[in-house]
Amino acid sequence: MDKTVNQKAWFLVLPVFLVVAFSAVLPLMTVVNYSMQDTFGNNQFFWNGVGWFKELLDPSTDLGGRFLASLGRNLFFSLVILAIEVPLGIVVALSMPREGWTVAACLVILALPLLIPWNVVGTIWQIFGRPDIGLLGYALNAAGIDYNYVSNDIDAWVTVIVMDVWHWTSLVALLCYAGLKSIPEAYYQAAQIDGASRWAVFKAIQLPKMNRVLLIAVLLRFMDSFMIYTEPFVVTGGGPGNSTTFVSIELVKIALGQFDLGKAAALSLVYNLIILIVCWIFYTVMTNAGAERKPQEGAV
Amino acid sequence: MARIDLVDLAHSYGGNDAPQESFALKPVTMTWRQGGAYALLGPSGCGKTTLLNVISGIITPSRGKILFDGTDITPLSTQKRNIAQVFQFPVIYDTMTVGQNLAFPLKNRGVPKAEIDKRVAEIGRLLDLEPYLNRKATRLTADAKQKISLGRGLVRSDVAAVLFDEPLTVIDPELKWQLRSKLKALHRELDLTMIYVTHDQTEALTFADTVVVMHDGRVVQSGTPAELFDKPAHTFVGYFIGSPGMNILPAEVRGREARIGGHVIALNRAYDNLPAGAKIEIGVRPEFVEVVAPAPGLLTAKIERLDDLGRIRFARARLGDAKLAARAPAGFTSADGTAGLKFDPSHVHVYADSLLVEGAA
Repeated sequence: MDKTVNQKAWFLVLPVFLVVAFSAVLPLMTVVNYSMQDTFGNNQFFWNGVGWFKELLDPSTDLGGRFLASLGRNLFFSLVILAIEVPLGIVVALSMPREGWTVAACLVILALPLLIPWNVVGTIWQIFGRPDIGLLGYALNAAGIDYNYVSNDIDAWVTVIVMDVWHWTSLVALLCYAGLKSIPEAYYQAAQIDGASRWAVFKAIQLPKMNRVLLIAVLLRFMDSFMIYTEPFVVTGGGPGNSTTFVSIELVKIALGQFDLGKAAALSLVYNLIILIVCWIFYTVMTNAGAERKPQEGAV
Repeated sequence: MARIDLVDLAHSYGGNDAPQESFALKPVTMTWRQGGAYALLGPSGCGKTTLLNVISGIITPSRGKILFDGTDITPLSTQKRNIAQVFQFPVIYDTMTVGQNLAFPLKNRGVPKAEIDKRVAEIGRLLDLEPYLNRKATRLTADAKQKISLGRGLVRSDVAAVLFDEPLTVIDPELKWQLRSKLKALHRELDLTMIYVTHDQTEALTFADTVVVMHDGRVVQSGTPAELFDKPAHTFVGYFIGSPGMNILPAEVRGREARIGGHVIALNRAYDNLPAGAKIEIGVRPEFVEVVAPAPGLLTAKIERLDDLGRIRFARARLGDAKLAARAPAGFTSADGTAGLKFDPSHVHVYADSLLVEGAA
């Protein structure tokens, strides 16, 4: 048990401490500090205790109403895009070629939307959907469909959802494709021998073997869509009215638009907490699912 | 249940135009009779799995036909052929119970529920899977899983044949023995044609009543274990089957005599019309060569070591450049490291270009 005493190690760790302190701990503590106070500008702060948090959870107040409404919109948005992107991603992955040069071509095409920066995606769709000069908007209106995402709530929602599907289905598809590729050929051969139909093969082999990557896909897409900001901000700016104002957009409005640092800090803490909890739930579910499969992998 | 005929069957992964030497399966014509227990034996890469996959329809052959009871089924898909196949590694449908796994091939074919239950119960009983029928299949050990795979192969009563592709590779040696006897018993009980692919000669010889030996894409011999042992049709069969394998020695053969380095070995039959220019060898199993004290007239070999296998001892010897194994009788010792070789003429075979030559009586 003769350990070498070498205090020099601390000097090596110190930079990390400093970086973490300045990049994470101090800003977070500042936010906690703000969330307990109210400011009227001029750097004047007044103690407010847990007042903002109480208001946040009370829909009858202005802050609580806006927060809960945007939270509801956000959850609905996440559910809708998951319900579209996951099945669609599976279908795309299933219909992709399994070998040959077309594989590379498909992968590149699928990866393209993922490589485009968020605000560019927003701009593309903002212009694409404009009824006066946008290809989509103009074509729809020319076809007799009254489409205008600036003035119609439903049109705005449809645009934001279609944009997200366009941007992110590739991710789900690529993950599923990786899952599909890892299924040994013998499974398909055995299913052939067993006379399984296409649907039976999907249900008995492909879906169960994909469940892990699907879990990852759902987790990633949920977190990402729950934190969505840039694209809807660029396309609709949260409107018309508040119809596409998600939590992050509301947060920025409060913090930078109204400069209500206390309210914004409280909101961002709650927002963060929700994300952490959801993350933890997913992580637990995933590691449990992993543990369930362990003995099988070990045995084979 | 059916007789399976292969007619001029050949397969090349490189397409039909590839040179024939590169074919994974070279043209073969043979018949598998209904109810037979066959083993397809050969080293890795000899084409046995290709042949199996061609029969089951996973691979469409480049040439030739497959007939089930005289009907050409070559263009039919695997699903439409009445065939079951068990693979090297267990294939389990993760979300199903053991019972559902066994029922899967029947369910897919629309067999009535009562019939499915009956078959599943029967196969469960035969494979000792009864206690697990309602359990999820994923949690079981590798050998239980392979039993499920076997069960799925055996559950259909109407199959033309059940094909096994080295199904016991993942099983412990002890259980391997048990499962093999189980398969043999099932074969008797269910009256199915079974084709069993393996590279393990013990497995092949204990399981099958007909062993088909493949080498380099070709079927080199098909016969009972005794035939393969006593009369290998190809030098490959000679040294692949038997432990140690057959001694193959280059020799000059004329009439009833073989000459090795000036020494004469008597042959039981006359070989007068050997093909000219062929590579002539004699083959004799170690069991039929005896090492004795050196004596004039006997071929003298250098003893390298003696292997004691318990019931029998084999001398590993060297004859010029050739290596050779021979039976060492009880009490045999070699003072100076040399020994005379005594051949049993009735078991010395002559091979021309690796193929057995039948001598005249």
